[in-house]
Amino acid sequence: MSERLLEVTDLEVYYGVINALKGISFHVDKGEIVSLIGANGAGKTTTLHTITGLIRPRKGSIVYKGTDIGHIPAHKIVSMGMVHVPEGRRVFQNLTVYENLLMGAYSQKNKAEIAANLENVFKQFPRLEERRRQLAGTLSGGEQQMLAMGRALLANPELIVLDEPSMGLSPLLVSEIFEIIKSFREAGKTVLLVEQNAKKAMSISDRVYVLETGSITADGAASELINDERIKKAYLGE
Amino acid sequence: MEFLTTFVNGLSLGGIYAMIALGYTMVYGIAKMLNFAHGDIIMVGGYTILLFLFVNPIVAIIAAMVFCMILGIVVEKVAYKPLRGASPLAVLITAIGVSYLLQSLAQMIFGSAPKYIVIADLGILKIGSLSIGYNTIITLVCSILVMVALSLFVKFSKTGRAMVAVSEDKGAAQLMGINVNRIIMITFAIGSALAALASVFFLLKAPTMTPTFGSLPGIKAFTAAVIGGIGSIPGAMIGGILLGVIECFAQAVPAISPYTDAIEFSILIILLLVKPSGLLGKVRREKV
Repeated sequence: MSERLLEVTDLEVYYGVINALKGISFHVDKGEIVSLIGANGAGKTTTLHTITGLIRPRKGSIVYKGTDIGHIPAHKIVSMGMVHVPEGRRVFQNLTVYENLLMGAYSQKNKAEIAANLENVFKQFPRLEERRRQLAGTLSGGEQQMLAMGRALLANPELIVLDEPSMGLSPLLVSEIFEIIKSFREAGKTVLLVEQNAKKAMSISDRVYVLETGSITADGAASELINDERIKKAYLGE
Repeated sequence: MEFLTTFVNGLSLGGIYAMIALGYTMVYGIAKMLNFAHGDIIMVGGYTILLFLFVNPIVAIIAAMVFCMILGIVVEKVAYKPLRGASPLAVLITAIGVSYLLQSLAQMIFGSAPKYIVIADLGILKIGSLSIGYNTIITLVCSILVMVALSLFVKFSKTGRAMVAVSEDKGAAQLMGINVNRIIMITFAIGSALAALASVFFLLKAPTMTPTFGSLPGIKAFTAAVIGGIGSIPGAMIGGILLGVIECFAQAVPAISPYTDAIEFSILIILLLVKPSGLLGKVRREKV
């Protein structure tokens, strides 16, 4: 069996009295791309925010690389090797592209490693290098998404958590973004992906979890679920 | 010549206002709160100088800056941090409470009568018919140095960039591994040290200190920060200097000098009517 990187068990999250996650369990193994799909409001973003420490669970455990991280503050989780690319990119508009990338390396101490990672990011995203002195707020949506992903790579992650990376992008860019996600795996990284574009997400994933109003209602190998009649109808528009 | 003297005095006073306004604006930008106790830190700085002046003036100034830094951090930890996520009104009222607390403590310890605190008698520079106090020149030079240093710090240091990141998006900053609480603490420390420095320059101008001394400069500097666009560091500098120059010119004209404060606050009101976000402030886009 492959190495377990992230194990979430019986996770319950509340916003006040609203029960956003009703005891979900899932796991991500090393080297996998795992997708979490579901409609708006199903709890996908909440799940990611809870895993990376922005929201605290009421119940359940989040074990990352053998450590329970349920009560570790968000800023410390980054240096453990799990980095979260939030929905809507959230690049720092008032910082330049280069400064944004440096913020990604905030938790990193090894200067030589930061420089090497920076070089790799510029190699993978040449457009970011061209615009390194530009304020991030002046970039297009696709460029901002690339910056957000490049910024995450500078944290030297093992597990990259991506929230709606294709949101609001043109079909051409969407394909490009999914190619980048595939390249993460080729670089030895593990990916947990939340997507509205279920079809695309399933096409690059190893396994898929379907989230419906705070509960996981289906899970399995992406190659199987993609042929599941119910999934097809609800999420693939067929 | 008189015009030039007034202008230099205005720039110098503006430099002091800018230093205080920087504390307001940085705390607002990063912790999203109006720290109305910020002006009273000036007063605490003044009394700290009084306590340590027997050693020597430099030691007293450093002691005041260090003590105010610690006070700023403690106030943030004890009074504001527990309210993070509470309504802005609760935080605002707490800040007013802290302000009264500091004033009352100072009154208990030092009494309400003014204390004379002479840091140094620097004399007056005379070039022809131009006469400017050395204190004015020192204030101007120091405040420029402070502003340049702070700008460089924010732009080029890792912590400074983290401050920009936190002021823009706390959540995303956390996801980069930035300890937001630590950045807020550093911001309070810097702001309070600048307030202590401001008290040095006020005392060089006029060597008296009372427990309520910080109120008016505090409000003026807040006005400066709002004129410049609250949250904006260059805005606070411009706003502060603008306000200082306006104040000195208003005081130089006998017919309007009694209305100096009114003029300053009227300018704020007019500016806010024309440009609600201040000179360099950004229009906030509320995200849903």
